[in-house]
Amino acid sequence: MSTLEVRHVSKVYNLRGAGQLTALDDVSFTIDSGQTIGLVGQSGSGKSTIAKILTQLETPTTGEVLLDGKPIPRRGAGLRSYRQQLRMVFQDPFASLNPYHSIRYHLERPLRLDKVVPKDETEAEVRRLLERVRLIPDAVIDRRPHELSGGQRQRIAIARALASRPAILVADEPVSMLDVSIRLGVLNLLADLQREEGLGVLYITHDLATARHFSDEIIVLNQGRIVEQGKADDVILRPQDPYTQELRAASPDPERFFASAGPAEGGAR
Amino acid sequence: MTAVEPQLPTPETRPAVDAVEAGTTATQVVAGHSRIPWRFLGGRAAFYLFTLWAALTINFFLPRMMKGDAVSQYLSRNRNVSPEAAEALRALLGLDTDKSLWQQYLDYWGLLLRGDLGVSLLHGLRPVTEVISQALPWTIGLVGLATIVSFAIGTIGGAFIGWRRGSKLDAFIPITTFLSTIPYFWLGLVAIAVFSVNLRWFPIGKAYGVGMAPGWNLEFIGQVIHHGTLPLLTIVIASLGGWMLGMRNMMLTVLDEDYITVAQAKGMPNRRVLWGYAARNAVLPQIQSFALSIGFIVGGTIVMEMVFSYPGVGKLLLDATNAKDYALMQGVFLVITLSVLVANILADIAYAFLDPRTRQTEA
Amino acid sequence: MTATDATQRRKAAGTPETLLLRTTGPGGHRPDQSFWSKLVSAFAMFRNGKSIAGLAILGFFVLVAIFADVLAPYSPTKVDNSARLQPPSAAHWLGTTHIGEDVLSQVIHGTRGVIVVGFLAAVIATLIAITVGVIAGYLSGWKSEALSALTNVFLVIPGLPLIIIVASMFEEPPLVLIAAVLGITGWAWGARVLRAQTMSLRNRDFIQAARANGEPLSRIITVEMLPNLMALIAASFVGTVTAAILGLTTLSYIGVIPVTTYNWGTILNWASAQGAFGRNQWWWFLPPGLCIAAIGVALSLINFGIDEYVNPRLRSAGERARAMKKKGLDVNDAVTTVRKDTVRTDLASTDLKNPGND
Repeated sequence: MSTLEVRHVSKVYNLRGAGQLTALDDVSFTIDSGQTIGLVGQSGSGKSTIAKILTQLETPTTGEVLLDGKPIPRRGAGLRSYRQQLRMVFQDPFASLNPYHSIRYHLERPLRLDKVVPKDETEAEVRRLLERVRLIPDAVIDRRPHELSGGQRQRIAIARALASRPAILVADEPVSMLDVSIRLGVLNLLADLQREEGLGVLYITHDLATARHFSDEIIVLNQGRIVEQGKADDVILRPQDPYTQELRAASPDPERFFASAGPAEGGAR
Repeated sequence: MTAVEPQLPTPETRPAVDAVEAGTTATQVVAGHSRIPWRFLGGRAAFYLFTLWAALTINFFLPRMMKGDAVSQYLSRNRNVSPEAAEALRALLGLDTDKSLWQQYLDYWGLLLRGDLGVSLLHGLRPVTEVISQALPWTIGLVGLATIVSFAIGTIGGAFIGWRRGSKLDAFIPITTFLSTIPYFWLGLVAIAVFSVNLRWFPIGKAYGVGMAPGWNLEFIGQVIHHGTLPLLTIVIASLGGWMLGMRNMMLTVLDEDYITVAQAKGMPNRRVLWGYAARNAVLPQIQSFALSIGFIVGGTIVMEMVFSYPGVGKLLLDATNAKDYALMQGVFLVITLSVLVANILADIAYAFLDPRTRQTEA
Repeated sequence: MTATDATQRRKAAGTPETLLLRTTGPGGHRPDQSFWSKLVSAFAMFRNGKSIAGLAILGFFVLVAIFADVLAPYSPTKVDNSARLQPPSAAHWLGTTHIGEDVLSQVIHGTRGVIVVGFLAAVIATLIAITVGVIAGYLSGWKSEALSALTNVFLVIPGLPLIIIVASMFEEPPLVLIAAVLGITGWAWGARVLRAQTMSLRNRDFIQAARANGEPLSRIITVEMLPNLMALIAASFVGTVTAAILGLTTLSYIGVIPVTTYNWGTILNWASAQGAFGRNQWWWFLPPGLCIAAIGVALSLINFGIDEYVNPRLRSAGERARAMKKKGLDVNDAVTTVRKDTVRTDLASTDLKNPGND
């Protein structure tokens, strides 16, 4: 059981000659193992900045991130052990895999780096990971990323994230760049894996519907600030903040549309 | 320059902006406004000053790397050197072994700032600055003209070839590329052999006829043009390939962009799309490589002046090297480096105004 | 709020469980790629007509350089005063010089100096360019700016005058020194290009992923970034070989490099000094120049091939235009005219407003 705590984190970027950009303003939340937190907001609201801070690709200007109550070390063995605990799935399946390396290589590296299994078991573990994300190992293991479809690549990105057996998974808009028809499959995969591994998942998205479907709690971000936070159903069905209400009004809802059109037109259900 | 300083919005005076209305959620940005890209130019100016300093320091060390006794011989061979000139030469060439290196460095800078580059052995002890200033206009005139002509023909030609892709014009690319891989000196020599020796269309070398006194009269100018045509043509032919290839490749990349399709779909005449949209965008990297190629052009001029016995600074450098006239060598190198720097600055300024992206402030 | 609530909600919505995905590609197990097949696929950039032609010509010259002693009919310095300045004949395929030396042998032996200096200088320059360029591109802040300033200084300071002055300081500079000087004055262009490309690579997601996974910096640069930079490095290397060869021959012709080592430039130096150009002794001055041009063309072809590999638009642009021209279309037409005979008239009677039964 692990707990990731983000405590009063702010991130301010200095733009050369153009002032400052406040990407995050006093953000605080907690992720527990076995819990899915949905982070919702429009483009530019600071969602990706949070992901970068959690994976230590950026450091917060103020505030801190704590794993199991301990702050994250800046370097050395402590940082490496933190990195093993928290992994990220990136948004763009076309860019998150190195076009030059095979799939086997992509999955071997985290296993070797974190010494997850002994060396002679690496191949078996790679195959096991591919099966866990519902891919046939023999068909993809020697391929290069450009030979696979977007959905397959994203599954491999998930497999890579799971390789080090992390406690927390950050999914930064994992299905935004996939065909709509396969999004549900990938999200359901993430949900199943989360349940099986007991992961804590931070699901970052701009799509309210999937956020409600898969998250236990939802955090709404606007201009770098948390404007609403609570259980998924409460936030979506009974939003308190005006921004959340606007978000909800902006997302298409079939029940609302056909209800207003009236039964005479006989729209299909 | 504006008469009134533009009012930048401060946090207090900034109006509250509705994020959804404004269409962005970037918070609390204090924007800078500038039409003249001061930051960009300022950065470039700093770089050029640094390069200038580096070049002058290299220049300082050059004669000191040469065998010391050769330099002393140089001075001892010339009893006619006046005491002040001898003093300046010592400081320039590093013969003041009794002074510390740092002191020599300071003296060197002092001489430079006074414009004293020593006296030239080869040219009857005339001041180096005088010798160079006589040769410089020839180089700048011919090479400058040739480069502009070559850049213009190559860029316009490349734009056109890129536009008419797949046509027979594509054959120009390998032809001009072949011409530019031929070593320039060989091209020049062959040109002389064919056009000067055999066909006798042009004189064999030099800038003007022997025994002719320079002056602003028609006959002299006619001779200059006559003598200069062959060198100019050879430079243009040799360098055409590079410009043409670069522009054509950029055009092919630009023509695939969606904004070209939009322009055509709007019904714009092809000529306008080609020149106003495609070529305009494709030419920007060309200007950058123009700036960078100036250093190579300078190298080319040395060869050209040797082949055609043209009285420019390149020939000056070669003669000085052969005669071991160190002061002149050092001076010519300095002038060449300065010219390259100035040309780069001009190209950068042109680029800054042509590319609207540099006018924005970068994040 | 526990996880089971979300799970129950999903089950209630009737969403399907995830199915075992079948991959769509051709099935079957691809055997582990051997080292050689990996090496060959790494050089995919050379696998087009232009590159192969260029490599063939280059290979020819390399072979000549290696086997010069065997191939040349005479020693290049063998003086034969009885056969001076002779045009090509059966005994001397390319004629003789002013003291009876065989031009063909000189050209053959000259190949060695050109190839050795060209490649050595390019290796030195490319190694420096990779080191400076990639590190400058990957780091950010003042370290990157400093390396970039260093690169720009070397770019702006004119190379040839510097080499002339430096070379004139030595009596008999060995080939290695010349190659080193050419390399040190020629790395800046490649470094600049590599820095720009590395900077754009650095922000790509797979590099971020490698960083987030804790890959050490040395591995990120060598294993993750370098393979993606291979095409640029190859093009830079080939360009530097061209520049080094041109530089060497020019310097030899000028006479800055002493004429004891034979390369094509020194042959031209002698030819020019003896007035061969003015006396139509074409067999003396044409072959060396043509050889330089030939190697230059070969290297340019290789670079064209790499260019097309890197930027596929260059490859297909001409083909697409030609294919369209065959159909009577101009590639620059924004609008394709519709031919009247292809419009289907049998649909005209269908009333699109009333779809009828759905």
